[in-house]
Parts: sequence; C-alpha cells; structure tokens
Amino acid sequence: MSLQTSDQTEEWKAGLHDGLPICLGYFAVAFAFGIQAKSAGLTAFQAALMSLTNLTSAGQFAALELIAAGAPYFEMALTQFVINLRYCLMSCALSQKIKKGTAPAHRFGIAFGVTDEIFGVSVCRPKALTPAYSYGLMAVAIPGWTAGTLFGVIAGDLLPASVINALGIAIYGMFLAIIIPAARQERPVLAVVLCAVALSTIFYYVPVLSAVSSGFRIILITLVVAGGAALLFPVPDEDEAGSK
Amino acid sequence: MKGNIYLYILVMAAVTYLIRMLPLTLIRKEIKNPFLRSFLHYVPYATLSAMTFPAILYSTASPVSAALGFLGAAVLAYLGKSLVCVAGCACVIVYAAELIL
Repeated sequence: MSLQTSDQTEEWKAGLHDGLPICLGYFAVAFAFGIQAKSAGLTAFQAALMSLTNLTSAGQFAALELIAAGAPYFEMALTQFVINLRYCLMSCALSQKIKKGTAPAHRFGIAFGVTDEIFGVSVCRPKALTPAYSYGLMAVAIPGWTAGTLFGVIAGDLLPASVINALGIAIYGMFLAIIIPAARQERPVLAVVLCAVALSTIFYYVPVLSAVSSGFRIILITLVVAGGAALLFPVPDEDEAGSK
Repeated sequence: MKGNIYLYILVMAAVTYLIRMLPLTLIRKEIKNPFLRSFLHYVPYATLSAMTFPAILYSTASPVSAALGFLGAAVLAYLGKSLVCVAGCACVIVYAAELIL
C-alpha cells in the first residue's frame, strides 16, 4: 500500500511539474479572455465561473458573442458542441491510455480536464495515464485558466501588453515540444505533422475554406490525416507483451 | 443581453463536459482493431500540428516576433528540451524581439 501511495505521489508531482507551462500559457490566454468578457458585459465572478466550469478557450470566446447577442440556449449548446467536438476524439484516444486497473469513477474526473493542452501532455507521455498525474496537471492548469480570467476582468489594463503578448506563444511552444521530438523519432509521425500543417495552412488562408470554424477545421484535418496515416502506416501491436 | 448568464454558463459547461466524459466512460476496453488503434495513435500529432500552425504566427503582437519565437522553440524542441524550457524560452525570445522591433 505504501509503495502504491508513493507511486501516486510521484505521479501527482510529475503532473504538477508538467502542468506549469500549461498554467503559464493559460494565464495569458485567459487574461485576454477576461478583457473580452468584461467588454461583453460579464462580471468578474461570471467570467471566472465560466472559465472554471468550461475550461475551453475557443468555446468560451464564441460564447461571449452569443451572450452579447442574446442567442437562444440551443444555439449556445450547438455552438459549443461543434467547437468542442474535438475533445470527443481526444477522449477516445485517452480512453486507451488510462492505466489498467484504474477505478472507473476516475474517468469522470479525468474527463473534466480534457483540453487541447492537458490532452497533448497526457497522451504523449511514454507511460500509462494515472488519475494522480491527470489531477496534478489539472491542479495547476485550472487555477491558471480561472485566475487569468479573473485578472483579465479586474486588471485588464495593469499588466504591460508586452508581457501578455510574450505569454501568448507559451502554449504553442509547448505543443512544439510534444510534436517535434516524436516526429524526429517516428517517420510516420513526421508525415502526419507535415500533412496536418499543410492542410491547416491551406484552410487558414484560402478564402472559402477559411470560413470553416477553427474547431471544425481541427476535427476535419485530424480525421483525414490520422485516418490516412493509419491506413498507410499501421502501428505494430507493441503493447501486447509487457509495455513500459 | 437577454438570456440569463448563469443558464448560458450551465448549458455550455454541460455540453462540453458530456463531449469529454462520454467517450472516456463508454470506451472501457482496449481497442483491438488495428486501424482504430493506429488512428488513435496518430490523432494527437495531427490535432496538435493543426492547432499550432499557422495559429502560432498570430499568437503575439507581430508575426515577426512570433516567427522568431517559433524558430527558437522548434530548435529547442528538436534538441529534446523539456516542455517548460521550450515554452519559457519561446516567451523570452518573443519578449526580447518585441523590445527590439
């Protein structure tokens, strides 16, 4: 039992550590969100509550417009569904990553923290996912996101713009730290990365395609590129005999 | 503003949580199908790549500072530096670049 407990402590600590860059990146993005929430008419409490309960950047930014426009609730539900549907794919991938023997109830907890960033860090770690690690990530990332929102609303014009701007790149830097080493090791992953980047660039700049919402664009690219890669480069069944 | 703000937040949170929770709780078993396994293996890389580029170029005050931060981060990531290091250095590069520009 004590061995198990110390394992969990290690996992929790690793989660806290790996969550730090997420926290920084979230703080910057959430700060910008807070500023925008204020101009949409939300109080600091409402904005922070939204961040704490939703934990989704694109969805929340879209929500501000809908709230300001007094959109019907079903439109809000539909918009969130489309923008956040990518989490469904991520959860499918995570379902295969969770450590064997983990109590099923933990899945409800892990699910709350499925964001682009937490997912990216969790799934690319060369170990089975434990609830303790997941909660460690959440324990730093969620306060970063919520506090960033709160500060954005109440102190939007106190922090120098240069600092906010610089923090804006943190999340992407983190993504690069996940993608590039994997692309360096595995040829198929390199192909996936290059194809996804090429498609994403086309979607971003080509007039008609750029009208596609960012959430939907990501889903589409993921389905096409990961699907194509799965056909061309099936992954050998490495987990059968004693995985890491 | 016409609707109740707390109801909006509740609707958003409920929809978003269900999207996250249903696959995780419904798919308990290990997926055996080789295509699906391979597909899920590649999902994160496709998703993260699509999210990163070209969005990274617009994540700071100017595409030039962002491009410099991107290059710096890419090199550090290639060298296998940690997440904290890559993300932190990217921020410092952007900050320095914007001071100079």
